[in-house]
Amino acid sequence: MTVLFGIFLLTLVVITALGIVHTKNLFVAVMLLGIFSLLIAANFFLLDAADVALTEAAVGAGISTVLFLGALALTSERERAATPHRWLSLAVVVSATLVVLYATFDKPTFGDPNAPVHQHVGPWYLEKTPEYVDIPNVVTAVLGTFRGYDTLGEVFVVFTAGIGVLFLLSGGGPASPTERRARPAESAIGLRDDLIPRVVARLLVPFILLFGLYVQFHGEYGPGGGFQAGALIAAAFILYALVEGEGRTLEALPRKALMALTVAGALLYGGVGLAGIVLGSEFLDYSVLASNPVKGQQIGIILIELGVGMTVTGVLLSIFHAFAAREQT
Amino acid sequence: MGMVQDIVSWILLTGGGFFVLVGGIGVLRMPNLYTRMHAASVTDTLGAVLVLGGIMVQAGLSLAAIKLAAILLFLLITSPTSSYALAHSALLAGIQPDAGRGADPEDHP
Repeated sequence: MTVLFGIFLLTLVVITALGIVHTKNLFVAVMLLGIFSLLIAANFFLLDAADVALTEAAVGAGISTVLFLGALALTSERERAATPHRWLSLAVVVSATLVVLYATFDKPTFGDPNAPVHQHVGPWYLEKTPEYVDIPNVVTAVLGTFRGYDTLGEVFVVFTAGIGVLFLLSGGGPASPTERRARPAESAIGLRDDLIPRVVARLLVPFILLFGLYVQFHGEYGPGGGFQAGALIAAAFILYALVEGEGRTLEALPRKALMALTVAGALLYGGVGLAGIVLGSEFLDYSVLASNPVKGQQIGIILIELGVGMTVTGVLLSIFHAFAAREQT
Repeated sequence: MGMVQDIVSWILLTGGGFFVLVGGIGVLRMPNLYTRMHAASVTDTLGAVLVLGGIMVQAGLSLAAIKLAAILLFLLITSPTSSYALAHSALLAGIQPDAGRGADPEDHP
Protein backbone atom coordinates (compact mmCIF):
# COMPACT_ATOMS: atom_id res chain seq x y z
CA MET A 1 0.00 0.00 0.00
CA THR A 2 2.82 2.38 0.92
CA VAL A 3 4.52 1.61 -2.37
CA LEU A 4 1.29 2.33 -4.25
CA PHE A 5 0.83 5.68 -2.51
CA GLY A 6 4.50 6.46 -3.07
CA ILE A 7 4.26 5.78 -6.79
CA PHE A 8 1.08 7.89 -7.00
CA LEU A 9 2.70 10.84 -5.19
CA LEU A 10 5.93 10.57 -7.16
CA THR A 11 3.95 10.54 -10.41
CA LEU A 12 2.26 13.75 -9.31
CA VAL A 13 5.71 15.17 -8.44
CA VAL A 14 6.96 14.39 -11.94
CA ILE A 15 3.86 15.93 -13.53
CA THR A 16 4.27 19.06 -11.39
CA ALA A 17 7.96 19.29 -12.28
CA LEU A 18 7.13 19.04 -16.00
CA GLY A 19 4.51 21.74 -15.50
CA ILE A 20 7.09 24.02 -13.85
CA VAL A 21 9.49 23.54 -16.75
CA HIS A 22 6.78 23.98 -19.33
CA THR A 23 5.00 27.10 -18.09
CA LYS A 24 6.17 30.49 -19.28
CA ASN A 25 4.27 32.33 -16.54
CA LEU A 26 6.56 32.64 -13.53
CA PHE A 27 3.65 33.18 -11.15
CA VAL A 28 2.21 29.81 -12.17
CA ALA A 29 5.67 28.28 -11.78
CA VAL A 30 5.93 29.60 -8.21
CA MET A 31 2.53 28.16 -7.31
CA LEU A 32 3.51 24.83 -8.87
CA LEU A 33 6.76 24.87 -6.86
CA GLY A 34 4.67 25.19 -3.70
CA ILE A 35 2.57 22.19 -4.77
CA PHE A 36 5.78 20.33 -5.62
CA SER A 37 7.12 20.90 -2.10
CA LEU A 38 3.83 19.82 -0.53
CA LEU A 39 3.83 16.60 -2.56
CA ILE A 40 7.43 15.90 -1.61
CA ALA A 41 6.50 16.56 2.03
CA ALA A 42 3.64 14.04 1.78
CA ASN A 43 6.11 11.60 0.28
CA PHE A 44 8.57 12.09 3.14
CA PHE A 45 5.75 11.54 5.59
CA LEU A 46 4.84 8.33 3.80
CA LEU A 47 8.41 7.16 4.39
CA ASP A 48 8.00 7.93 8.14
CA ALA A 49 10.36 10.93 7.94
CA ALA A 50 8.05 13.26 9.84
CA ASP A 51 10.78 15.78 10.73
CA VAL A 52 11.87 16.21 7.14
CA ALA A 53 8.24 16.38 5.99
CA LEU A 54 7.53 19.17 8.46
CA THR A 55 10.59 21.10 7.32
CA GLU A 56 9.73 20.67 3.65
CA ALA A 57 6.13 21.77 4.19
CA ALA A 58 7.05 24.80 6.31
CA VAL A 59 10.08 25.99 4.35
CA GLY A 60 9.50 24.63 0.84
CA ALA A 61 5.76 25.13 0.48
CA GLY A 62 5.39 28.04 2.87
CA ILE A 63 8.25 30.48 3.18
CA SER A 64 9.93 29.79 -0.18
CA THR A 65 6.66 30.56 -1.98
CA VAL A 66 6.36 33.89 -0.16
CA LEU A 67 9.98 34.79 -0.94
CA PHE A 68 9.56 33.79 -4.59
CA LEU A 69 6.47 35.98 -4.81
CA GLY A 70 8.45 38.81 -3.22
CA ALA A 71 11.13 38.34 -5.85
CA LEU A 72 8.50 38.20 -8.61
CA ALA A 73 7.10 41.54 -7.49
CA LEU A 74 10.51 43.02 -8.37
CA THR A 75 10.63 41.53 -11.82
CA SER A 76 8.30 40.56 -14.63
CA GLU A 77 5.79 37.75 -14.49
CA ARG A 78 6.75 36.36 -17.89
CA GLU A 79 9.73 34.19 -18.55
CA ARG A 80 12.22 35.48 -21.08
CA ALA A 81 12.31 33.65 -24.41
CA ALA A 82 14.44 30.54 -24.27
CA THR A 83 18.07 30.75 -25.31
CA PRO A 84 18.94 28.98 -28.57
CA HIS A 85 20.97 26.19 -26.93
CA ARG A 86 17.98 23.91 -26.52
CA TRP A 87 19.49 20.84 -28.16
CA LEU A 88 22.64 21.13 -26.09
CA SER A 89 20.58 21.39 -22.88
CA LEU A 90 18.47 18.44 -23.95
CA ALA A 91 21.58 16.36 -24.60
CA VAL A 92 23.05 17.25 -21.18
CA VAL A 93 19.79 16.46 -19.39
CA VAL A 94 19.28 13.18 -21.22
CA SER A 95 22.82 11.97 -20.57
CA ALA A 96 22.64 13.00 -16.91
CA THR A 97 19.31 11.19 -16.56
CA LEU A 98 20.78 8.05 -18.11
CA VAL A 99 23.75 8.16 -15.73
CA VAL A 100 21.44 8.57 -12.71
CA LEU A 101 19.19 5.76 -13.95
CA TYR A 102 22.25 3.53 -14.41
CA ALA A 103 23.37 4.39 -10.87
CA THR A 104 19.99 3.36 -9.43
CA PHE A 105 20.61 -0.24 -10.50
CA ASP A 106 23.23 -0.49 -7.77
CA LYS A 107 20.92 0.83 -5.09
CA PRO A 108 19.39 -1.53 -2.53
CA THR A 109 15.69 -2.27 -2.91
CA PHE A 110 13.14 -0.08 -1.09
CA GLY A 111 12.96 -0.88 2.62
CA ASP A 112 15.83 -3.39 2.53
CA PRO A 113 17.07 -3.74 6.15
CA ASN A 114 20.50 -4.85 4.92
CA ALA A 115 21.05 -1.63 2.98
CA PRO A 116 24.29 0.14 3.95
CA VAL A 117 22.37 3.16 5.23
CA HIS A 118 20.67 0.96 7.81
CA GLN A 119 23.88 -0.85 8.71
CA HIS A 120 26.29 2.06 9.12
CA VAL A 121 25.79 4.44 12.08
CA GLY A 122 21.97 4.23 12.18
CA PRO A 123 21.72 1.27 14.59
CA TRP A 124 24.32 2.88 16.85
CA TYR A 125 22.24 6.09 17.06
CA LEU A 126 19.08 4.14 17.82
CA GLU A 127 20.83 2.07 20.46
CA LYS A 128 22.78 4.82 22.20
CA THR A 129 20.28 7.71 22.14
CA PRO A 130 18.34 6.47 25.21
CA GLU A 131 21.63 5.97 27.05
CA TYR A 132 23.45 9.20 26.15
CA VAL A 133 20.65 11.72 25.52
CA ASP A 134 17.45 10.05 26.72
CA ILE A 135 14.95 11.85 24.47
CA PRO A 136 12.25 10.04 22.46
CA ASN A 137 12.93 11.70 19.09
CA VAL A 138 16.15 10.17 17.79
CA VAL A 139 16.16 12.57 14.82
CA THR A 140 16.59 15.53 17.16
CA ALA A 141 19.33 13.70 19.04
CA VAL A 142 21.17 12.98 15.79
CA LEU A 143 20.80 16.54 14.49
CA GLY A 144 21.47 18.27 17.78
CA THR A 145 24.28 16.36 19.35
CA PHE A 146 25.65 13.40 17.35
CA ARG A 147 25.89 15.51 14.21
CA GLY A 148 26.00 18.89 15.93
CA TYR A 149 28.75 20.08 13.58
CA ASP A 150 26.51 19.61 10.55
CA THR A 151 23.66 21.52 12.12
CA LEU A 152 26.04 24.30 13.17
CA GLY A 153 27.18 24.44 9.57
CA GLU A 154 23.57 24.66 8.37
CA VAL A 155 22.87 27.53 10.75
CA PHE A 156 25.91 29.40 9.47
CA VAL A 157 24.82 28.73 5.88
CA VAL A 158 21.40 30.24 6.65
CA PHE A 159 23.12 33.14 8.42
CA THR A 160 25.50 33.78 5.52
CA ALA A 161 22.71 33.49 2.96
CA GLY A 162 20.65 36.01 4.90
CA ILE A 163 23.53 38.46 5.06
CA GLY A 164 24.16 37.97 1.35
CA VAL A 165 20.54 38.64 0.38
CA LEU A 166 20.44 41.72 2.59
CA PHE A 167 23.59 43.04 0.93
CA LEU A 168 22.08 42.49 -2.52
CA LEU A 169 18.73 44.07 -1.68
CA SER A 170 19.70 46.81 0.76
CA GLY A 171 19.99 50.43 -0.18
CA GLY A 172 17.27 52.80 -1.30
CA GLY A 173 14.67 51.85 1.29
CA PRO A 174 13.81 54.22 4.13
CA ALA A 175 15.41 53.15 7.36
CA SER A 176 13.06 53.86 10.24
CA PRO A 177 9.51 52.55 10.61
CA THR A 178 8.13 56.01 11.42
CA GLU A 179 9.47 57.26 8.11
CA ARG A 180 7.79 54.40 6.29
CA ARG A 181 4.46 54.97 7.99
CA ALA A 182 4.45 58.58 6.92
CA ARG A 183 4.45 57.53 3.28
CA PRO A 184 1.03 57.74 1.65
CA ALA A 185 1.72 54.56 -0.28
CA GLU A 186 1.83 52.64 2.97
CA SER A 187 -1.94 52.57 3.31
CA ALA A 188 -2.14 50.74 0.00
CA ILE A 189 0.15 48.00 1.30
CA GLY A 190 -1.62 45.08 2.87
CA LEU A 191 -5.32 44.54 3.10
CA ARG A 192 -6.01 47.15 5.74
CA ASP A 193 -9.39 48.07 4.28
CA ASP A 194 -10.35 44.48 3.70
CA LEU A 195 -12.22 43.45 6.80
CA ILE A 196 -12.59 39.68 6.46
CA PRO A 197 -8.98 38.64 5.77
CA ARG A 198 -7.83 41.14 8.35
CA VAL A 199 -10.03 39.79 11.14
CA VAL A 200 -9.27 36.17 10.28
CA ALA A 201 -5.54 36.79 10.04
CA ARG A 202 -5.48 38.61 13.36
CA LEU A 203 -7.32 35.64 14.81
CA LEU A 204 -4.84 33.15 13.37
CA VAL A 205 -1.52 34.88 14.08
CA PRO A 206 -1.45 34.01 17.83
CA PHE A 207 -2.24 30.38 17.06
CA ILE A 208 0.51 30.18 14.45
CA LEU A 209 2.98 31.68 16.91
CA LEU A 210 1.86 29.25 19.59
CA PHE A 211 2.24 26.34 17.19
CA GLY A 212 5.69 27.62 16.23
CA LEU A 213 6.75 27.67 19.87
CA TYR A 214 5.26 24.20 20.34
CA VAL A 215 7.27 22.89 17.39
CA GLN A 216 10.36 24.64 18.77
CA PHE A 217 10.20 23.18 22.26
CA HIS A 218 8.57 19.87 21.46
CA GLY A 219 11.36 18.83 19.09
CA GLU A 220 12.78 16.44 21.69
CA TYR A 221 9.52 14.50 21.86
CA GLY A 222 7.98 14.72 18.40
CA PRO A 223 8.76 16.01 14.94
CA GLY A 224 10.02 19.54 15.11
CA GLY A 225 12.93 21.75 15.99
CA GLY A 226 14.44 25.11 15.31
CA PHE A 227 14.27 25.15 11.51
CA GLN A 228 10.56 24.34 11.30
CA ALA A 229 9.69 26.59 14.22
CA GLY A 230 11.66 29.47 12.72
CA ALA A 231 9.77 29.12 9.45
CA LEU A 232 6.41 28.99 11.25
CA ILE A 233 7.09 32.03 13.41
CA ALA A 234 8.32 33.94 10.37
CA ALA A 235 5.13 32.91 8.56
CA ALA A 236 3.01 34.36 11.37
CA PHE A 237 4.79 37.71 11.09
CA ILE A 238 4.54 37.67 7.29
CA LEU A 239 0.78 37.05 7.54
CA TYR A 240 0.55 39.98 9.93
CA ALA A 241 2.53 42.12 7.51
CA LEU A 242 0.23 41.15 4.63
CA VAL A 243 -2.93 42.30 6.39
CA GLU A 244 -1.69 45.12 8.60
CA GLY A 245 0.98 46.57 6.38
CA GLU A 246 4.70 46.25 6.76
CA GLY A 247 5.12 49.31 8.96
CA ARG A 248 3.09 47.87 11.81
CA THR A 249 5.09 44.64 11.65
CA LEU A 250 8.36 46.54 11.77
CA GLU A 251 7.08 48.40 14.82
CA ALA A 252 6.38 45.12 16.55
CA LEU A 253 9.72 43.61 15.52
CA PRO A 254 12.11 46.22 14.12
CA ARG A 255 14.94 45.48 11.71
CA LYS A 256 17.53 45.91 14.43
CA ALA A 257 15.77 43.35 16.61
CA LEU A 258 15.69 40.94 13.65
CA MET A 259 19.39 41.45 13.05
CA ALA A 260 20.07 40.94 16.77
CA LEU A 261 17.95 37.77 16.69
CA THR A 262 19.87 36.43 13.69
CA VAL A 263 23.28 37.11 15.21
CA ALA A 264 22.30 36.01 18.72
CA GLY A 265 21.01 32.67 17.43
CA ALA A 266 24.24 31.84 15.63
CA LEU A 267 26.28 33.09 18.61
CA LEU A 268 24.19 31.03 21.03
CA TYR A 269 24.88 27.87 19.03
CA GLY A 270 28.58 28.62 18.75
CA GLY A 271 28.70 29.71 22.40
CA VAL A 272 27.20 26.44 23.60
CA GLY A 273 29.86 24.69 21.53
CA LEU A 274 32.63 26.78 23.08
CA ALA A 275 31.19 26.22 26.57
CA GLY A 276 32.02 22.57 26.03
CA ILE A 277 35.70 23.49 25.59
CA VAL A 278 35.71 25.90 28.52
CA LEU A 279 34.20 23.29 30.82
CA GLY A 280 36.96 20.87 29.91
CA SER A 281 35.63 18.74 27.09
CA GLU A 282 35.41 19.07 23.30
CA PHE A 283 33.65 21.56 21.02
CA LEU A 284 29.89 20.90 20.91
CA ASP A 285 30.08 18.27 23.66
CA TYR A 286 27.10 19.15 25.86
CA SER A 287 27.69 16.44 28.44
CA VAL A 288 29.68 18.82 30.63
CA LEU A 289 26.97 21.51 30.75
CA ALA A 290 25.40 19.86 33.81
CA SER A 291 26.68 17.54 36.50
CA ASN A 292 24.67 14.72 34.94
CA PRO A 293 25.93 14.14 31.35
CA VAL A 294 22.47 13.10 30.07
CA LYS A 295 20.94 16.26 31.56
CA GLY A 296 23.77 18.25 29.98
CA GLN A 297 22.97 16.79 26.57
CA GLN A 298 19.30 17.72 26.95
CA ILE A 299 20.12 21.28 28.02
CA GLY A 300 22.57 21.59 25.14
CA ILE A 301 19.99 20.42 22.60
CA ILE A 302 17.34 22.83 23.89
CA LEU A 303 19.85 25.72 23.72
CA ILE A 304 21.14 24.99 20.23
CA GLU A 305 17.60 24.42 18.89
CA LEU A 306 16.71 27.82 20.35
CA GLY A 307 19.71 29.29 18.51
CA VAL A 308 18.62 27.63 15.27
CA GLY A 309 15.08 28.93 15.67
CA MET A 310 16.25 32.48 16.39
CA THR A 311 18.58 32.60 13.40
CA VAL A 312 16.04 31.12 10.99
CA THR A 313 13.28 33.49 12.14
CA GLY A 314 15.59 36.49 11.94
CA VAL A 315 16.98 35.64 8.51
CA LEU A 316 13.61 34.81 6.92
CA LEU A 317 11.92 37.94 8.23
CA SER A 318 14.88 40.15 7.28
CA ILE A 319 14.77 38.81 3.75
CA PHE A 320 11.00 39.33 3.58
CA HIS A 321 11.32 42.92 4.76
CA ALA A 322 14.17 43.54 2.33
CA PHE A 323 11.95 42.40 -0.55
CA ALA A 324 9.01 44.43 0.70
CA ALA A 325 11.14 47.56 1.00
CA ARG A 326 12.28 47.16 -2.60
CA GLU A 327 8.72 46.89 -3.86
CA GLN A 328 7.89 50.34 -2.59
CA THR A 329 10.96 52.17 -3.86
CA MET B 1 -18.68 -0.81 18.07
CA GLY B 2 -15.71 -1.44 15.81
CA MET B 3 -17.90 -2.55 12.93
CA VAL B 4 -20.28 0.43 13.21
CA GLN B 5 -17.31 2.78 13.53
CA ASP B 6 -15.76 1.35 10.38
CA ILE B 7 -18.98 1.59 8.38
CA VAL B 8 -19.67 5.19 9.44
CA SER B 9 -16.11 6.29 8.76
CA TRP B 10 -16.07 4.58 5.36
CA ILE B 11 -19.33 6.27 4.39
CA LEU B 12 -17.89 9.64 5.43
CA LEU B 13 -14.55 9.01 3.69
CA THR B 14 -16.18 7.82 0.47
CA GLY B 15 -18.55 10.80 0.50
CA GLY B 16 -15.62 13.15 1.09
CA GLY B 17 -13.66 11.53 -1.71
CA PHE B 18 -16.65 11.91 -4.02
CA PHE B 19 -16.94 15.63 -3.32
CA VAL B 20 -13.18 16.13 -3.78
CA LEU B 21 -13.50 14.38 -7.15
CA VAL B 22 -16.51 16.51 -8.08
CA GLY B 23 -14.55 19.63 -7.10
CA GLY B 24 -11.63 18.53 -9.24
CA ILE B 25 -13.82 17.86 -12.27
CA GLY B 26 -15.54 21.19 -11.70
CA VAL B 27 -12.24 23.10 -11.67
CA LEU B 28 -11.33 21.49 -14.98
CA ARG B 29 -14.72 21.86 -16.67
CA MET B 30 -16.09 25.19 -15.45
CA PRO B 31 -15.76 28.05 -17.92
CA ASN B 32 -14.38 30.99 -15.89
CA LEU B 33 -12.65 32.00 -12.69
CA TYR B 34 -15.65 32.50 -10.41
CA THR B 35 -17.43 29.31 -11.39
CA ARG B 36 -14.14 27.42 -11.00
CA MET B 37 -13.72 28.85 -7.54
CA HIS B 38 -17.24 27.73 -6.78
CA ALA B 39 -16.28 24.19 -7.78
CA ALA B 40 -13.03 24.31 -5.80
CA SER B 41 -14.87 25.41 -2.68
CA VAL B 42 -16.70 22.07 -2.67
CA THR B 43 -13.32 20.43 -2.08
CA ASP B 44 -12.43 22.92 0.62
CA THR B 45 -15.62 22.66 2.62
CA LEU B 46 -17.73 19.54 2.14
CA GLY B 47 -14.83 17.34 0.98
CA ALA B 48 -12.55 18.38 3.83
CA VAL B 49 -15.28 18.14 6.48
CA LEU B 50 -16.34 14.65 5.39
CA VAL B 51 -12.79 13.28 5.02
CA LEU B 52 -11.64 14.70 8.35
CA GLY B 53 -14.89 13.54 9.98
CA GLY B 54 -14.27 10.04 8.64
CA ILE B 55 -10.73 10.00 10.05
CA MET B 56 -12.03 11.35 13.38
CA VAL B 57 -14.49 8.48 13.60
CA GLN B 58 -11.60 6.10 12.92
CA ALA B 59 -9.50 7.75 15.62
CA GLY B 60 -12.23 7.49 18.25
CA LEU B 61 -12.01 9.53 21.44
CA SER B 62 -8.30 10.28 21.50
CA LEU B 63 -5.74 13.06 21.24
CA ALA B 64 -5.61 12.45 17.48
CA ALA B 65 -9.34 13.21 17.20
CA ILE B 66 -8.87 16.51 19.06
CA LYS B 67 -5.99 17.45 16.75
CA LEU B 68 -8.14 16.61 13.73
CA ALA B 69 -10.97 18.72 15.16
CA ALA B 70 -8.53 21.62 15.51
CA ILE B 71 -7.40 21.16 11.90
CA LEU B 72 -11.05 21.10 10.81
CA LEU B 73 -11.80 24.27 12.76
CA PHE B 74 -8.84 26.10 11.19
CA LEU B 75 -9.75 24.82 7.71
CA LEU B 76 -13.31 26.05 8.13
CA ILE B 77 -11.98 29.49 9.05
CA THR B 78 -9.14 29.79 6.55
CA SER B 79 -10.46 28.29 3.33
CA PRO B 80 -13.52 30.57 2.99
CA THR B 81 -11.23 33.49 3.81
CA SER B 82 -8.76 32.55 1.11
CA SER B 83 -11.63 32.05 -1.35
CA TYR B 84 -12.92 35.47 -0.41
CA ALA B 85 -9.45 37.04 -0.81
CA LEU B 86 -9.01 35.39 -4.20
CA ALA B 87 -12.44 36.47 -5.48
CA HIS B 88 -11.96 39.96 -4.10
CA SER B 89 -8.58 40.44 -5.74
CA ALA B 90 -9.95 39.00 -9.00
CA LEU B 91 -12.71 41.62 -8.85
CA LEU B 92 -10.16 44.35 -8.14
CA ALA B 93 -8.10 43.08 -11.08
CA GLY B 94 -11.13 43.74 -13.27
CA ILE B 95 -12.52 40.28 -13.94
CA GLN B 96 -16.30 40.72 -14.09
CA PRO B 97 -18.46 38.06 -12.46
CA ASP B 98 -21.06 37.07 -15.05
CA ALA B 99 -22.32 33.53 -15.00
CA GLY B 100 -23.54 33.52 -18.60
CA ARG B 101 -20.34 34.97 -19.99
CA GLY B 102 -18.47 31.77 -20.68
CA ALA B 103 -14.71 31.40 -20.66
CA ASP B 104 -12.23 34.03 -19.47
CA PRO B 105 -10.54 35.71 -22.43
CA GLU B 106 -7.09 34.61 -21.22
CA ASP B 107 -8.01 30.96 -21.46
CA HIS B 108 -7.89 30.84 -25.23
CA PRO B 109 -5.05 33.02 -26.43
